[in-house]
Amino acid sequence: MMPKQDVIPEQTAVSWPIVMSVSMAGMRRRFSRAMITMVGVVLAIAFLCYMLLNETFVQSMIAEGSDDLNILLQNANVDILSGGGTDQMTVLLIGLTLLTSLVGIINAMLMAVTERVREIGTLKCLGATDQFVVRTYFVESAVQGVCGSALGMVLGLVVSMVVNLKTYGWFALKTFPAGGVVVALLVSLGAGAVLSVVAAIIPAYMAARKQPVEALRVEE
Amino acid sequence: MSECMISCSGVTKVYVMGKEEVHALRGVSIDIEQGEYVSIMGPSGSGKSTLFNMVGGLDTPTTGEVQVAGCRLADLNSSQLAWFRCRKIGFIFQSFNLIPTMSALENVAIPRVFAGETPRAAREAARRVLDRVGLGHRLDHLPSQVSGGQQQRIAIARALVNEPLIVLADEPTGNLDLHTGEEIIDLLNEMKANLGVTIITATHDMKMLSCSDKIVRIEDGSVKRVDTQADVNVKVGTIDGETVL
Repeated sequence: MMPKQDVIPEQTAVSWPIVMSVSMAGMRRRFSRAMITMVGVVLAIAFLCYMLLNETFVQSMIAEGSDDLNILLQNANVDILSGGGTDQMTVLLIGLTLLTSLVGIINAMLMAVTERVREIGTLKCLGATDQFVVRTYFVESAVQGVCGSALGMVLGLVVSMVVNLKTYGWFALKTFPAGGVVVALLVSLGAGAVLSVVAAIIPAYMAARKQPVEALRVEE
Repeated sequence: MSECMISCSGVTKVYVMGKEEVHALRGVSIDIEQGEYVSIMGPSGSGKSTLFNMVGGLDTPTTGEVQVAGCRLADLNSSQLAWFRCRKIGFIFQSFNLIPTMSALENVAIPRVFAGETPRAAREAARRVLDRVGLGHRLDHLPSQVSGGQQQRIAIARALVNEPLIVLADEPTGNLDLHTGEEIIDLLNEMKANLGVTIITATHDMKMLSCSDKIVRIEDGSVKRVDTQADVNVKVGTIDGETVL
C-alpha cells in the first residue's frame, strides 16, 4: 500500500554558504542585539590594537636616534634603553582585556541559545541536524567577531595616531612604521576572529544538544 | 501490520524523576492507516503528548514498538531521524513556532533547504504552497506582521512543503479564536482530502472531533476508547438530547 522504506539515509548536510545566509538574515533582523555583542569585541580589540601600534611607533622613533625626539620620548616616560618594548604589566592588562571580552562573547552567545531554545527545537523538527545548528552559531559568532575586530582596529588606529601626533608632532609621521602598523592591524583582526570562534564552542554545542521536543513545550 | 502508516504495539514509557518512576504510557497499542484523520484526546498529563512525540520521532518508548511508515524509529540515529522528520512528517504547533527572523516565504522554504534543495528552488516550492493556503500576498511579511490565523496557515504550509506522509498537529487551534480555528480545521481537512496525508492531532477542541475519522481517548497512560466517526455522531446526538431535557 505504501512504499516501505527499509533503509533511512543520513540527513543531507546544509552547505556553508547556505548556513551563512541563514545566519546573516537572522543577525540583520536582530541587529541591535548583534551590535551589543560586538561592542565588547570592538573595545577589547581597539585596546589591543592601540597598544600594539604604540609599541611599533615608539620602537621606530627610538631607532631614529634623533636628540630632539629622544627628549620627547623621555618626557613621555618611554624607557629608551629597553628599546620601547611593552612591560609585563601592560601585557597582563591586554591579556585580561581579551579574556574579559571572551567571557562577554560566551555570555552573549549562551543567552542567544537560551533565548532560542524553541527556535532550535522547531528547526530540528523540520529536519535540521546538530551540525547545522552548530554551524549557525559559529557563523554568527565569527561574523560578529570579525566585524567587531575590524571596527576595533580602526578605532585603535585612529586613537593611536591622534595620541602620537599630539605627543611627538611630525616625528610620528616622519618615522611612520608602515610595515609594523600593518602587522599590528592584522594581529588585532586575527585575535578578534580567533576570540569569537573560540567563544562560540561551548554555546554552539549546547545549542546542538537541545532536543526537538523543546519546540512543543508550551511556555507562559 | 505493514499496511498501517503508524503502528504502536505495547508502548510503555517510564520517566525516572529522582527516585520516583512516572508511567507516562502503560502499554498503548493503536494502528493508524494512511489518509486517516485521527484526534488524540485526553486531559493534560494523560500521556497524550508522549504518544504524540513518539510518532514524530521526538521520544523513544521504554518498551514496545513504534513503527511509522514501515520503520522502527527506535533504530534510527539522530541524523536519520532528522532525515525522517524532514521528509515524512510535518509538524504543526499550538503556538505556531515560526522562526521570527524569517519571512513567511523563508519559513516555508527552510524544510526544503534541509532536504537538500537549492534556496532558489526551495523558495519556488514555498511560494506554490503558500499560494495554496491563501497567503500568496504575504510572502515577505515577518510572522509578527500577520495575524494568528495567518501564522498558523504559514505553519501549515511549512508542514506540507516537503509532501510528508503524516502531519502531526499539536492543539493547532489552541491559540486561535473560534472562527479562525474553524478555518484552520477546514484547511487541514482540505489538505487531507487533496493530498491524502495522514493527520494526527492532539486536541481538546470539540470542533475537531466532527471531522476526525478516529478519536483516540487516552487516560492515565492507556487508551480508554477508540471511537470512529459514526460513534461520535451518535453520542453528540445523545448529549444534545440530554441538554434539551
